[in-house]
Amino acid sequence: MTAEAAGALLEARGIVKIFGQHRALDDVSFALRAGEVHALLGENGAGKSTLIKILTGAYRPDGGEVRLQGAPVSFRDPLHAQSHGIGTVYQEVNLLPNRSVAENLFLGHQPTRWGLIRRKEIEAHARQVLATYGLEIDVREELSSFSVAIQQIVAIARAVELSGKVLVLDEPTASLDRNEVERLFEVIRTLKARGLGIIFITHFLDQVFALADRVTILRNGRKIATERLAEVSTTDVVRMMLGKDVAFDHHLTGLAETTHGAPCVGFAGLGRKGSVAPFTLEVHEGEVVGVAGLLGSGRTEMARLMFGIDPADSGQITIDGKSVTIRNPAQAVAAGFGFCPEDRKLDGIFGELSVRENIIIALQAKLGWFRALNRDDQIDLAGRYAEALDIRAANHDMPVKLLSGGNQQKVILARWLAIDPSFLILDEPTRGIDVGAHAEIVRTINRLREEGLGLFVISSELDEVVAYSNRVVVMRDRQMVAELTGADVAPDRIVQAIAGTSLAEVTP
Amino acid sequence: MTRPTAQIRPAPQPPALRHRSVTTALLRPQFLALLALLGINWLLFPGFFSITWQDGRLFGSLIDVLNRGTPVAILAIGMTAVIATKGVDLSVGAVMAIAGAVAAVMVTSGQPAVLAVAAALAVGLLCGLWNGILVTTLSIQPIIATLVLMVAGRGLAQLITEGSIVTFTDPVLIFIGTGSVAGLPTPVVLLIGLTILTTLAVRRTALGLLIEAVGINRSAARFAGIKAGALLLVVYAFAGLCAALAGLIVAGDIRGADANNAGLWLELDAILAVVVGGTSLLGGRFSIPMSVVGAMIIQAMNTGILISGFSPEFNLVVKSAVIILILVLQSPFAASFVQRRRLKVAPGAQVSAQQGDRA
Repeated sequence: MTAEAAGALLEARGIVKIFGQHRALDDVSFALRAGEVHALLGENGAGKSTLIKILTGAYRPDGGEVRLQGAPVSFRDPLHAQSHGIGTVYQEVNLLPNRSVAENLFLGHQPTRWGLIRRKEIEAHARQVLATYGLEIDVREELSSFSVAIQQIVAIARAVELSGKVLVLDEPTASLDRNEVERLFEVIRTLKARGLGIIFITHFLDQVFALADRVTILRNGRKIATERLAEVSTTDVVRMMLGKDVAFDHHLTGLAETTHGAPCVGFAGLGRKGSVAPFTLEVHEGEVVGVAGLLGSGRTEMARLMFGIDPADSGQITIDGKSVTIRNPAQAVAAGFGFCPEDRKLDGIFGELSVRENIIIALQAKLGWFRALNRDDQIDLAGRYAEALDIRAANHDMPVKLLSGGNQQKVILARWLAIDPSFLILDEPTRGIDVGAHAEIVRTINRLREEGLGLFVISSELDEVVAYSNRVVVMRDRQMVAELTGADVAPDRIVQAIAGTSLAEVTP
Repeated sequence: MTRPTAQIRPAPQPPALRHRSVTTALLRPQFLALLALLGINWLLFPGFFSITWQDGRLFGSLIDVLNRGTPVAILAIGMTAVIATKGVDLSVGAVMAIAGAVAAVMVTSGQPAVLAVAAALAVGLLCGLWNGILVTTLSIQPIIATLVLMVAGRGLAQLITEGSIVTFTDPVLIFIGTGSVAGLPTPVVLLIGLTILTTLAVRRTALGLLIEAVGINRSAARFAGIKAGALLLVVYAFAGLCAALAGLIVAGDIRGADANNAGLWLELDAILAVVVGGTSLLGGRFSIPMSVVGAMIIQAMNTGILISGFSPEFNLVVKSAVIILILVLQSPFAASFVQRRRLKVAPGAQVSAQQGDRA
């Protein structure tokens, strides 16, 4: 037994989880001590939720073992894990909004006499329990009549009452305001003092530093490190989350000095309340503007605003110096914009339509209902772009859902190239695709830039951003906090800017 | 062995469908089912296929099946477009009653028949637009949005007829219901015309593809710049128009508008016809002519039960058995069952097996 694992309350050893051909978790070890708050950090797809699901019995590992207080355990399901002392609270409160607080606390475990629920006893007990959390509320009221924060605390109280050793908090603060977060933290600190082990998942770094004792960082299904938070800086944590180690290829940054053409699209003070603070940005022909930032920093929201998916409530958009209105994607497409969304399956592909139809659909939407592309035009277009992007499909009449993730991504890229765009937005274009296709997409981005297209590319992989960007804008807390150019387009500087320790800060 | 399900579930192979040769198209299970039903009818009633020429028009059981199946077939044409967008329109039966009532009341109050027909069609279009607005602007689920008019519409029709059956003797309306053109009953001619026009309208323009795209993935359709809202409005309005036409035919047939019974439960037959025709309730790939075939399958079934001497009540049981069979074949259970069978055939090569199947 290693020194770290000694005295571990809940421990995962060498966990492997495989979905199809994808290793969601690869030899991940993790140890939670009693009386600590242990943060779990990582970008989308890093394996956080898979690990939690294994620890709480929702998934079975394909390799490795889970130990509770030193003894190997194998949970059948979350209920089984709960009976062993592991409780979970999710971001969305998972209770019954139209039942009373007291009922919610003891649902399924009500004390009964002759089969009847003893309401008075439940209510007294509920008041007593919630008092230990500093909550003095009428427990007979419907749960939904209280704020999300209080509902969240009730959910925590329920989880602790039913389990009592380990508490897993999955993004508990995502829908809370600052005061509510503080209140929740007080509760968590009290529980920590009572000796519970708490796993805290969030993407707010400041909250991790404010609350947690240790942090484990996952990336691409592997454990990068477990650190004591007193001993690391924000910058270290960001670097571990996003990048390879500091040793990266410097020659990739040579891009910054390449020339680019006239401005093709400008965004002046574009913003939307509660989504993205107003930002000003100009993208030139033959330029790639990379976007870096952590999950939830507002980078996707920025792209959605540009493309009219969420209409902006301030600012304006100009194309070639002329002001345009973009309130919905149809207008954006008409203006010559293209957008490859982050969630390919949900927002990108039409699974049952053929490869050919998937490629021509945006152009067809732009042409309108009555100027139909005939079959020969469609075959010609699809053939041309499939060849240009090396889309590997047995034929172009097969449903696109049968293609691999990388080829699907290329189909969506082809769809936008077919409208001959002037400005292309790519949101995480390389997520979830294999290594070979990954490199091809990066090469394609570079080629499109050389051909004079203006691109806006969001990515959480710093090496990748650096490999194709002339300029990098950094998002934090839904604001554009930095714009890096020239030699500053380097993973180190980006990490600093994301962590908020950069010298190159600009006011947006 | 996977053939039948693969054919009824529309999604996988369609692009080729449109350009297949006529013989392969006629070998589809829907046509085989129709032929089988007609064959059974012939066994039950040997004179089933005899068609005679009398008073300048064709008579015979086969013509009867076509004629009786027409209202549902016309509803099914509109319903196909709605279902392809992943929606459903429960109000078409009630809209039939409204349209019939409008036309009947107008001709009995002395208005010219042409005006009455135009008004009935316009009211159908408005009813469809109303559904479309509920579905798009207010984002109400189609089944609920159209349920509103399904219930309220019949009440509206009763208000228009003032609670009685309005009978008429107007020759134009009667011609629509019972007349004949070139030897064929007028409704059948209208059906053939509508089928051809609609098929051309969706396949010669981009409408068909865009409707399928919206039905398969509404969100992706939005991201691709498709104006889904306008498209849905058109589709629901068209379904309303089809319902009005069916309502005119039914009213003309009985020479009166019966607000209580005209088109009653026909929306369910129309949905069944669409599904039997191979368009999935999950939206996406659709075929207008196949829905018409689906309607005729249902009618052949009805006629068969009638001439076999079983009581008409038996009809409903048979129909529901067919629905259950189709739903089972479309269910995820069936899909995974088929997949397991495929895996057994070609272990570990699921994707290539599927491709091979389709190639």
